[in-house]
Amino acid sequence: MKTSEAAIEVEALTFRYGPRIALRSLSLRVPSGCCFGLLGPNGSGKTTLMRLLATLLRPTEGCLRVCGHDTTEAPSTVRRCLGVVFQQPALDGDLTVEENLRLHGAFYGLWGTALTRRIDELLTRFDLQERRHELVRRLSGGQQRRVDLMRGLLHAPRILLLDEPTTGLDPLARHAFWQTLRQLRQTDQLTLIVATHLLEEAEQCDEVALLDEGRLVASGAPEALARALGDEVLWLETPEPEAVAAAVQTHFDVEARVIGTSVRVAASDAHALLPHLYEVLGARLRSATIRRPTLEDVFLVHTGHHLHATPETALTS
Amino acid sequence: MSATLQTIRMLWWRELIKFVRDRARLSGALAQPLVFWLLLGLGFHGSIRLAGPATPGSYLAYLLPGIVVLTILFTAIFSTMAIVEERKSGLLQAALVAPVPRMALVLGYGLGGTTLALLEAVLLLGLLPFVNGVHLTPSGLALTLGVSVLTGLAFAVLGFVVAWHATSTRGYHAVMNVALLPLWALSGAIFPIEGAAPVLQAIMRLNPVTYMVSALRQGLFGPNAAGSVSTPEACLFITVLFTVALLLLAVRTVRRPLRL
Repeated sequence: MKTSEAAIEVEALTFRYGPRIALRSLSLRVPSGCCFGLLGPNGSGKTTLMRLLATLLRPTEGCLRVCGHDTTEAPSTVRRCLGVVFQQPALDGDLTVEENLRLHGAFYGLWGTALTRRIDELLTRFDLQERRHELVRRLSGGQQRRVDLMRGLLHAPRILLLDEPTTGLDPLARHAFWQTLRQLRQTDQLTLIVATHLLEEAEQCDEVALLDEGRLVASGAPEALARALGDEVLWLETPEPEAVAAAVQTHFDVEARVIGTSVRVAASDAHALLPHLYEVLGARLRSATIRRPTLEDVFLVHTGHHLHATPETALTS
Repeated sequence: MSATLQTIRMLWWRELIKFVRDRARLSGALAQPLVFWLLLGLGFHGSIRLAGPATPGSYLAYLLPGIVVLTILFTAIFSTMAIVEERKSGLLQAALVAPVPRMALVLGYGLGGTTLALLEAVLLLGLLPFVNGVHLTPSGLALTLGVSVLTGLAFAVLGFVVAWHATSTRGYHAVMNVALLPLWALSGAIFPIEGAAPVLQAIMRLNPVTYMVSALRQGLFGPNAAGSVSTPEACLFITVLFTVALLLLAVRTVRRPLRL
């Protein structure tokens, strides 16, 4: 059966917060066992989608199925097969590691020796045995994240939702967190859904969906998405992008598009073109870069703006 | 079912263990009502003439049941305040994505706050030997403790409902203080209903807290204690009714999807 292979199916999903549309007619499918990234700037609808999947919100239109169950019709079944890790650890800092895990186990009906065994197992796996009786607020940020991850895994869910799980972690701790995630996938055959605004995190996923202003702009394997833009892409920075794009097209007969404030030149041999380009347009260029396309470029090409908004707009979301 | 019971038990236990670990909270929650009691009691000592035979320190005795209610009120406000934050970012949100029925969360948080309120009320009753006119019978004690539990549960559940809607801790405090302090002041806790202006008398009769204070009065000082507004049975009945009404309100509140 095809449906049983999909961990998550989203069909024509629209969500409105009052008059504001957070998600517009979104459809996507996450295969079982996949590490699936949701990449988008702040306010693109990632967190809303996560909350809808986690049954915290109900869709305005369309539907979501998790493990084959509709989130509106069978929220309890969906909740049982989902583990959720939020942007901030959902832990009580004034309780110890074990006390926190016991409390959260209760939410899933776990208690007694069965819960103790599960906690033992997770503590060993996450290398936190000696922190067992430590108050959570005394742990480092990375350790708190690991405890929070254990919390999400207590009831052995089939799908783990992670909403910007490395917020506030330094690069080293972030790297370690992802290493843990990779190990988890191997041992537990988990489906991971990771919302992130970080390119390097999205690139580690098997598949990504790029979200912008509540719309799905592209989805697929990160390398495939990037490769679709060509092997190498030439980017020109200039104060007058429209004029330069037009000039490139007339002089060299290659496609040049204005994207944001840059010009993307789709040349088959960018290296050969570059010297000629400088001869003709050198005075009007600030810089020219040839590089392999990244997800950032994919995002830019599909939306016309950068993944990372200016700090002012980022703060308002 | 086991998730429901376990959740109630663990949330209740969490409230107690945190309280024990935080000594400042214990003393703060006790000191405030104590100061209130002494300031008001000694301050109005000679100004307020209560009906009946004047006995020394009678106003301090009159004030005590109201102070117990105030303590319960403060404790409930304090213990449910964390919900505002935990709903948006932390623990409560994790509970909401778990299969446990939301009513278990109301009861878990509510009973935690209730137990603390009862604990503080009992500690305050340690002042009884220092006031005049105490007439404590087994049934009176049962009434006092029963009404303390109900009052604690009612206010803790009310705190839960307000916290569910509040967008910030400040907003929560504003609502709780603006709503609850006048309710307390108009409960006959500081002045008897008979002496109040007719308008206030009507409001006081409609105020459920009036019956909680009165029930405590009758539990501690006997059925005909100064300041009682009805029979102990009627006061207890209205207290039960108020608590059940708030529980039903909480059930309705948590059933709706969360506003974030």
